Amino acid sequence: MKRIRIGNGCGFWGDNLDAPVRLAETGQLDYLTLEYLAELTMSILALQKAKNPDAGFATDFLDVLQRLVPILRQQPGLLIVTNAGGMNPHACARQAQHILAHAGLHRRIAVVTGDDLLPQLDELFATGHTLNHLDNGTPLAALRDRVVSANAYLGAQPIVQALQQGAHIVITGRVADASLTVGPAVHEFGWGFGAADLDRLAAGTVAGHLIECGAQATGGLWIHANDATQLENIGYPIAEIAADGTFTISKPPHSGGVVNVETIAEQLLYEVADPRHYYTPDVVADFTTVRLEQVQPDVVAVRGGTANGITNTYKVSVAYRDGYMSAGTLVIAGPNAVWKARRSGEIILAKLRQAGCTFAESYVEILGAGACVPGVITATSDPPEVVLRVAVRDERKAAVERFTKEFAPLVTSGFAGTTGYTTGRPPVREVFAYWPALIAKAAVQPIVEIL
Amino acid sequence: MATFRLLDIAHGRSGDKGNHANIAIIANTPGDYAWLQRHLTADVVERYFAPLKPSRVERYEVPNLHALNFVLYDVLAGGASRSLRSDTQGKALALALLQMECQRD
Repeated sequence: MKRIRIGNGCGFWGDNLDAPVRLAETGQLDYLTLEYLAELTMSILALQKAKNPDAGFATDFLDVLQRLVPILRQQPGLLIVTNAGGMNPHACARQAQHILAHAGLHRRIAVVTGDDLLPQLDELFATGHTLNHLDNGTPLAALRDRVVSANAYLGAQPIVQALQQGAHIVITGRVADASLTVGPAVHEFGWGFGAADLDRLAAGTVAGHLIECGAQATGGLWIHANDATQLENIGYPIAEIAADGTFTISKPPHSGGVVNVETIAEQLLYEVADPRHYYTPDVVADFTTVRLEQVQPDVVAVRGGTANGITNTYKVSVAYRDGYMSAGTLVIAGPNAVWKARRSGEIILAKLRQAGCTFAESYVEILGAGACVPGVITATSDPPEVVLRVAVRDERKAAVERFTKEFAPLVTSGFAGTTGYTTGRPPVREVFAYWPALIAKAAVQPIVEIL
Repeated sequence: MATFRLLDIAHGRSGDKGNHANIAIIANTPGDYAWLQRHLTADVVERYFAPLKPSRVERYEVPNLHALNFVLYDVLAGGASRSLRSDTQGKALALALLQMECQRD
């Protein structure tokens, strides 16, 4: 039975730049996928594009592509599928083409767009597509002026079309992460998107979901990782998929990390709500039919993964402006560090009140004394030092900017043991709130172009 | 009655979806899974995380993985985009639940 090997060398924008190169070097891949877009990445990219029409994509991809040049020369059959295009897939593709041309490589690049709904938002509202909030049903229209991005999660179909047109590199905007894997599988095995192939689409979706976060499938975040896990050499995941939809997850030989039933089970349920209904644009996958078996060291066979129908909607991720925030830290050492740190946080906020600055929200946490899961996991002893972290959010940028100036004074006017003010005033960043919604598939037109 | 911690019989991982978090707790053995099914109810998890004020907690059984998946709604103080906490994405929640003290019946 025909099998294809799909490796994912990037789990988010900010992931290790050498990982895709190492994976492609020794992974014997047919496809390299690279995933760059977290829920809110698009809002940042939208603002970049507004300032510069040639920006608005995941620039790390160009860095990675440059590093991949020698491998692409040795492996002319290696195909790349990535959502690095972000809010500007055309600009990303043009720059990618420039890099390849400069290296003397001739590759056909396809661009997938149509996910960006911002240009037609008013038209969508007018025709009854109100993009109500998924949790509470509120229509989006009231926030219209604050919306900075609105993108539908496209599925695998436009990726398949691009591959059918002979693309070597497919650059998309927003697509569902798992579809980066489903697309190549559908293309290679001639699966369809109809009822007859739904179980296979579900199996491909399981494979894509397992590798989409990169090293989280291969030992990253594994609760039993130790020195023997060699996280410094962690290998990124490879899904080897057969024509019937069964597959294995493995990693390159001689790499660090581990692939076992524990790492795969943890990742299968990562960011999942109802495991019987994992919604993607391609299929609703049922994860409760998945069977895992360790067949070799660092190789887990995955069987099952069945379909639970298909939806007639795409998920839409909207981001809207929601004020400004900043968070600063100080180190507080010595006896009573926790008490001194908490009081220091109160002092910072009191000084700001004296200056007329109040905030929509403020928060004081003491790192080292049980801040990550506040009130649930707390410190059992008096630590020798802690980190005070104070954060605020407000509509008024000036108030948040004033906040950033109240940390340094405590180095001389605060408690004994106040230190760690070496990074200067904390930055102020704009807040983009997240608004999930659904839209009828018929209202969205995916577009595939060959550059 | 012997006291133990959940991490003695299970492992897990947590993550975010907007302002909600999910925690997967995966039993080491079928016997451990049976114990979790009986004792680690949505109510127990909701009470344990009460300081984080979840609006509700839903439990899903994943028998093929010997796992329970919990969804904690509105528990991330605004979520990755606007939460003022350090752990905006609920990454530490699974470890917190695994530190829960339990008693063998």
